[in-house]
Amino acid sequence: MKSLAFLSLLLSVIFTAPGPERLITRSGSISFYSKAPLENIEANSKTALSVLDKKTGQIEFSVLIKSFTFEKALMQEHFNENYLESDKFPKAAFKGRIDNISNIDFEKDGKHTVSVTGQLSIHGETKTITTPATITIQSGTTAANADFNISLTDYKINIPSLAKDKISNSVKIVVSLQYEKPA
Amino acid sequence: MKKIITATVLFFATSSLVKAQDTSLLDGVEKQSSSKEFVTNAFKSSRVINGHSMEFIGKGVLDFRILHRFGRANVGVSEWFGLDQASMRMGFDYGLGKNLTIGIGRCTFKKEVDGFLKLRLVSQKTNGTPFSVIVVTGMSVYTFKNTDPLHDVTFSSRAGYYYQSIIGRKFSRKFSLQLSPTIVHRNEVEAGDVNDTYAIGIGSRFKLSKRTALVVDYFPVLNRPSSSDTRNSLSLGFDIETGGHVFQLHFSNSTGMNERAFITDTHDSWGKGEVRFGFNLSRVFTIKKMSKMQN
Repeated sequence: MKSLAFLSLLLSVIFTAPGPERLITRSGSISFYSKAPLENIEANSKTALSVLDKKTGQIEFSVLIKSFTFEKALMQEHFNENYLESDKFPKAAFKGRIDNISNIDFEKDGKHTVSVTGQLSIHGETKTITTPATITIQSGTTAANADFNISLTDYKINIPSLAKDKISNSVKIVVSLQYEKPA
Repeated sequence: MKKIITATVLFFATSSLVKAQDTSLLDGVEKQSSSKEFVTNAFKSSRVINGHSMEFIGKGVLDFRILHRFGRANVGVSEWFGLDQASMRMGFDYGLGKNLTIGIGRCTFKKEVDGFLKLRLVSQKTNGTPFSVIVVTGMSVYTFKNTDPLHDVTFSSRAGYYYQSIIGRKFSRKFSLQLSPTIVHRNEVEAGDVNDTYAIGIGSRFKLSKRTALVVDYFPVLNRPSSSDTRNSLSLGFDIETGGHVFQLHFSNSTGMNERAFITDTHDSWGKGEVRFGFNLSRVFTIKKMSKMQN
């Protein structure tokens, strides 16, 4: 009985463990830029976690809101405290799929333009986004890059009227994921 | 046999359960990388009201602080509830590091110049250290002209020092509490008074909205001589943040705006209505931009 329970446990572990078709990175870079009449805002995080499934084309990433660094400490404080409310919503995450992943040969060097569709969750709100992206394979390592615009109102990030001239509603997000070489 | 069946059923039940969930590729890998995060923004400002808070202003940031304390509010309408008289402190704080601040200031009260150094030793973390520990040390010197020919004053006799540790915790998004045991040493005191004054500061914040909060700053003195007419400093305030400014509006029985002054030189009583309106205004300037690569 005991050995059977152990076996079933072992089997379930094997079935759920990431297979060799999955690429992973824990040091993905995510930046955002917002241009406003009075002030440009930009911030970057280099600790995004991402997994890409080469077989199914599923791609996901998540990033801690607090890991974004700004040039100005006060901006960073306001970003966390007043706008993104990182205590309540600590993470931003994306869960999507790359179209026609089977067209890509991960064994061969090359640059592929693809389309990604998925759910982007920020500040407790989830919206569907579709964006072109590039998959670059170079000497065995895979990188995924994309940039797209989001609107702050979509994610219920409110800008007080006092700061309207300082913060643009449209924010450009740049995602750059350099996956680890599979072991 | 029965057991085997149960086990098999259990196995299929659990594996189908796993499938039934909206599985994420990040499951399993995410747990390993979830790090302990620093808890930030326990207070809006680097001061609760008079006393230091467990917050820092940030590296390369210059904080220009203008503090005002008006006269006693119970003087009535002829003195416009104390607003006719004002005592102020103008000061500059600079963030030498994320967890290190240096500051100087000058108060009109006794024409006192003061400076301090503030360092964080321990940071509160989520799923980690439950509180922050900060140490502060400062010095103050009176600079008023001596008009008493019988009393010889030197730099040393005008000087005072304080040593403080702050143990604070942000309990929730809204509520923060800190204790700050403090020793104030004055080189020269009046007969019957003590050179070393011990006090335990109690500071707390309760957030009302994203940009406003209620604050309390209380400094009970532990070893006040019975002959002393000084009182414990108690301040109640309201913080408003507007972009680069933080306004702290408050009522207090203290006029002093440095540790020497508000801990050992508070003479008014809340019970008698001897309360003063005051405000702290803080404006920060980013002198040195943080490197974006410092992740």
